Amino acid sequence: MSMRPLRNPRDPMARRKERHVPPGARSSALHAMSARAAMGRFVLQSCARCATTTYPPRDACPRCWGPLDWTDQPRGAQLLSETTIRATTDLYFRDHLPWRMGKLQLDAGPVALAHLHADLKVGDRAEMRLVIDKGGNAALFALPAGGSRDMEDRQWLEFVVPVKDRTILVSDARGAIGRAIVGALHAAGARLVVAGMPPPARTSDLADPLWALDGVQPVPLDLADPVSVSECLSRIGGPLDIVVNSARFVRAGGLDGNSHLIDLRRAMDVSVTGFARLVQACAPMLAGRPSAAFVDILSVHALAPDAGFAGYSAVEAARHSLLQSFRHDMRATGVRVLSILTGPTDDEDHQSIPPPKVPPGRIAQAVVTALESGLEQSAVGDFAADALNRWTADPALYIREKNL
Amino acid sequence: MGGRLSYDGAVLCAPVTVPYERFSRETAHHWTARAMRGLAEATGWRAEDFDGFCFASFTAAPDTAVGMIQHLGLSPRWLDHIPTGGASGVMALRRAARAVQSGDADIVACVAADTNHIDSFRQTLAGFSRFSQDAVYPYGFGGPNATFALITDAYMRAYGVTREDFGKLCVAQRDNARSNPFALQRGELTLDAYLRARPICDPIHLYDCVMPCAGAEAFIVTTPEIAAKRGLPAARILSTIERHNAFPDEPEQLRGGWAVDVGELWSMAGIGPKEVDTLQVYDDYPVIVAMQIEDLGFCPKGEVAHYIRATRFGIDGDLPLNTNGGQLSAGQAGAAGGFQNVTEALRQITGQPLGAAVPDAQIATISGFGLVNYDRGVCTGAAVLEACA
Repeated sequence: MSMRPLRNPRDPMARRKERHVPPGARSSALHAMSARAAMGRFVLQSCARCATTTYPPRDACPRCWGPLDWTDQPRGAQLLSETTIRATTDLYFRDHLPWRMGKLQLDAGPVALAHLHADLKVGDRAEMRLVIDKGGNAALFALPAGGSRDMEDRQWLEFVVPVKDRTILVSDARGAIGRAIVGALHAAGARLVVAGMPPPARTSDLADPLWALDGVQPVPLDLADPVSVSECLSRIGGPLDIVVNSARFVRAGGLDGNSHLIDLRRAMDVSVTGFARLVQACAPMLAGRPSAAFVDILSVHALAPDAGFAGYSAVEAARHSLLQSFRHDMRATGVRVLSILTGPTDDEDHQSIPPPKVPPGRIAQAVVTALESGLEQSAVGDFAADALNRWTADPALYIREKNL
Repeated sequence: MGGRLSYDGAVLCAPVTVPYERFSRETAHHWTARAMRGLAEATGWRAEDFDGFCFASFTAAPDTAVGMIQHLGLSPRWLDHIPTGGASGVMALRRAARAVQSGDADIVACVAADTNHIDSFRQTLAGFSRFSQDAVYPYGFGGPNATFALITDAYMRAYGVTREDFGKLCVAQRDNARSNPFALQRGELTLDAYLRARPICDPIHLYDCVMPCAGAEAFIVTTPEIAAKRGLPAARILSTIERHNAFPDEPEQLRGGWAVDVGELWSMAGIGPKEVDTLQVYDDYPVIVAMQIEDLGFCPKGEVAHYIRATRFGIDGDLPLNTNGGQLSAGQAGAAGGFQNVTEALRQITGQPLGAAVPDAQIATISGFGLVNYDRGVCTGAAVLEACA
């Protein structure tokens, strides 16, 4: 049974539209900028000696040749000059002509070339965003200061993944997090949310009013079962724009004699091997779409283990590793791979953990935000934000302190 | 004059233009060899006579001037490789003149050559510079058109220059090109056709852009005695200037490095702009032509629109400008585009033009502008040449 209304039959001889990504060669300094842009920071280099702020990325201060540090900067700017590019030798931009860009005087000091929102005019104040382009590299985008209807801007849409009118698979919609995500995506205007229901089926499943919503479709999906994964995705059949991997298998327990290896095996099968099954099945579908993303909800224990959740930490770390390889694989297709790091969640899996705990609704909101603002890596809640900051600053210290 | 030595004891001669081709299957080495052949035919000298070699090219990779001299069987005692594109002609003559003046070399061949394969332009662009790769190309990949569109947009806003003003420059250069048998574009260009051309990167339209091509330009710097002994018509250097990365803190490039040193250019030459018979400036886009007219002192800064409207730029005009048609009509053969100003000026003032002659031309000003990096051109230079009596 098809889950979507009948579509016009396709011409079987028609060539599929090839997708291209923007030019990818960058300096090492720009990759450092991209690593920070991935976390939503607006950074430029400042000199450690004379405090000069500089752009484009350099390897030394152009005033005193001192060392440069990446520092957060004010986002204000003013548009100095603009152009509309109507000819290019690059295949990606050829598909997107005409393309508007301009030069801005940044409040931070330097001038910068940036992609322009359609409403910006020369002389206007702008708010800068440091976003990740479809090739995976940092790019500056100037939005009108004071807010705008970004989701209607043709160029901005190349840097974000809109939820409205899209078809989305949520891999585990039975848990509290997955249900919240389905609800948030539906509320954000998704055309169809396919809600994966891991076994065993329960009679209470049918009682959830979520499944009665028009545009939400529960479907059996067990990431531990290859047949289930391929059946689920073949039932989607048509275009699939976004996959949200919310599947997880959380059990407390260290490595002592009382821990259950069967839990570790099940966790590996769902969270690691299951992730790989899901990715292999959905990647070709996502790759053909003009604006596609894979979102994974990860525990911050992926960065450094919590000895009290040793097995869970290990599978999250393993999936975190696979996710980064997957992101690399998808670079050539323009499919965005987004990670959302969370601390302990306020659900049945973390009953023994004291607050602060992240309510499932906040994770769901973070999924929508990450998609619609193009955030490659985000942390939800104070616990995850603190963990990410400490891990970024000094991983060796963080791992040591976490289990004192 | 800042205590600078004059350029007495060095002259320029033997301007060579290897006729351009829109696309070529040949290599930069081939085009360099044809330029050397041209120098040899003009002078009668052979490989062993050239004891200096100065080279500019974008497409000779993986070779530099080193690979090139071995490829061409030269054995110079003075060697230079100039990577500054549109400023390379002025820089080559400056360096070669000092070498000859000091006796480090007697006969310096200055050669700029580039090929243009079907995909050369895209490839040269893609690997052009780190700032361009990081901070320009990812923004629409408009190539130099996009960068110069921003410069043009800012310049038009700042000084009230209109497309009609730029059009007058382009139409005048096309008129000048019509007698140059080597110009790739010699058909009539009307102001109306200029204005109605399709937009490429607003406000830049089709006829604001040069046509990339293959070709070579060359000249010789030697002593006045050696040139005279060979009967080669020659020109001497009254003055030169050079400046790189000028005004880095100005948010828009409304002026170039010439503005730093223009006083020295004229004081060293001992003349002023009014005594110049012909002006050969770098013309990758008309905005840069206008900028040079101002920054070299042909009119006050900010008044170029009025100056353009009041001046005739034809070969028989008030200020004969880019008399071979410039790159806008003759074509841009890579780094050779930065040598056109030297060879054309030398031809006009030594009475051997390719096409129509500027009447009684004795003094030429040449100007170069090279290597657009990030949001502006970095290298600038200029020289004043006078025909030897």
